[in-house]
Amino acid sequence: MAILNKKSRSALYDPLVKTNPISLSVLGICSALAVTIRVDQALIMTGAVIFVLSASNTIISVIRKYIPSRTRIIIQLAIIAGLVSLIDQVLMAYMYDMSKQLSVFVSLIVTNCIVMGRADAYAMQNPAGNSFLDGLGNGFGYGAILIAVAFFRELFGSGTIYGISMIPDFVYNLGYENLGLMVLSPGAFIVLGLIVWFQKEIWKEKVK
Amino acid sequence: MGFEHYLSLLIKAVFIENIVLAYFLGMCSFLAISKQVETSIGLGLAVIFVLSITAPINWFISTYLLKNGALAWIGLPEINLSYLNLIVFIAVIAAVVQLVEMFLDRFSPTLYQSLGIYLPLIAVNCSILGGSLFLVERKYTFIESSVFGFGSGLGFFLAIVALASIRHRMKYSNVPEQLKGVGMAMLLTGLISMAFMAFSGIDI
Repeated sequence: MAILNKKSRSALYDPLVKTNPISLSVLGICSALAVTIRVDQALIMTGAVIFVLSASNTIISVIRKYIPSRTRIIIQLAIIAGLVSLIDQVLMAYMYDMSKQLSVFVSLIVTNCIVMGRADAYAMQNPAGNSFLDGLGNGFGYGAILIAVAFFRELFGSGTIYGISMIPDFVYNLGYENLGLMVLSPGAFIVLGLIVWFQKEIWKEKVK
Repeated sequence: MGFEHYLSLLIKAVFIENIVLAYFLGMCSFLAISKQVETSIGLGLAVIFVLSITAPINWFISTYLLKNGALAWIGLPEINLSYLNLIVFIAVIAAVVQLVEMFLDRFSPTLYQSLGIYLPLIAVNCSILGGSLFLVERKYTFIESSVFGFGSGLGFFLAIVALASIRHRMKYSNVPEQLKGVGMAMLLTGLISMAFMAFSGIDI
């Protein structure tokens, strides 16, 4: 992309793999795992996080010179909580079933450490354009892990992906069974642990 | 609803629906602070403390100010402020944490010494906010929310101390280089979570 200079590019691309918020900095795991039983839930959650992250980063970056450093946490929290309430209300209005399934986890984006962390660490020091890209990049990095975990859990746990059956019937006839453990909470921990391992193993040189 | 009802709710909150192991709330601090047993006990106690205080307070606020029709007692039965839940809860939690910190500093310096550094961390701990949001979603009564708050805190305490103890022992094991740290902690949590699932089905 020629439009972006080097700094903007690294703001956008680094969080995808190199500084991935979930698997390397261990931020925002709280909401990451609960919504990964099915891919469609993970997609909605990713969308919500990308929106909140890029919007909060932009807003905070625009007003960063007017935020007194002593009260900055409260101000950031207020902005983020406002954005999350907005998303929550939109989901309730237009996707009621999904909002019931995601239950409290959309609201919990507020305490998702990624959002606060990026607001405090990046948006407070950088201009609005880069902060927006940083928010976007971190949102996608978060989403990539979320969807990867959901992909494996749905595939092995229910034999479907995005609700579409993936395992042909004859495999079931041979005695294959869905792995119930994947749908339960231990499955999420184990899949994420393995993904983190895998990612560190592959990008060993790039990381650090 | 007698004593058994609350006892069963407590057991459910501590073991069966453990806030960390079944709902993944508070994972950030759960993984970050579980490297040493002493610090994990400190954080665990602070979580019990703050959850037991904020759950009933947020119950009051939700029931008498924000819920649909909650303002009937001042003659405004049609107002529904429940969309403010999130912002109010987070403000209450931040304020309570601040108050508890000042209170402890003034009246119990020893407790402040041991819990002090963890209290600011708790303001953004998902398990605290999650606890408050759950009690609204599940329509708990006042006593139920208090029991639930305390039980969830206790569950967090047990889980984090268990993980810290195991991680302490893991120092002497031969773990693949790239799996060390987060990866291993996640796998261990998975195993602890599996062990806790054995409690499901207990009913009093």
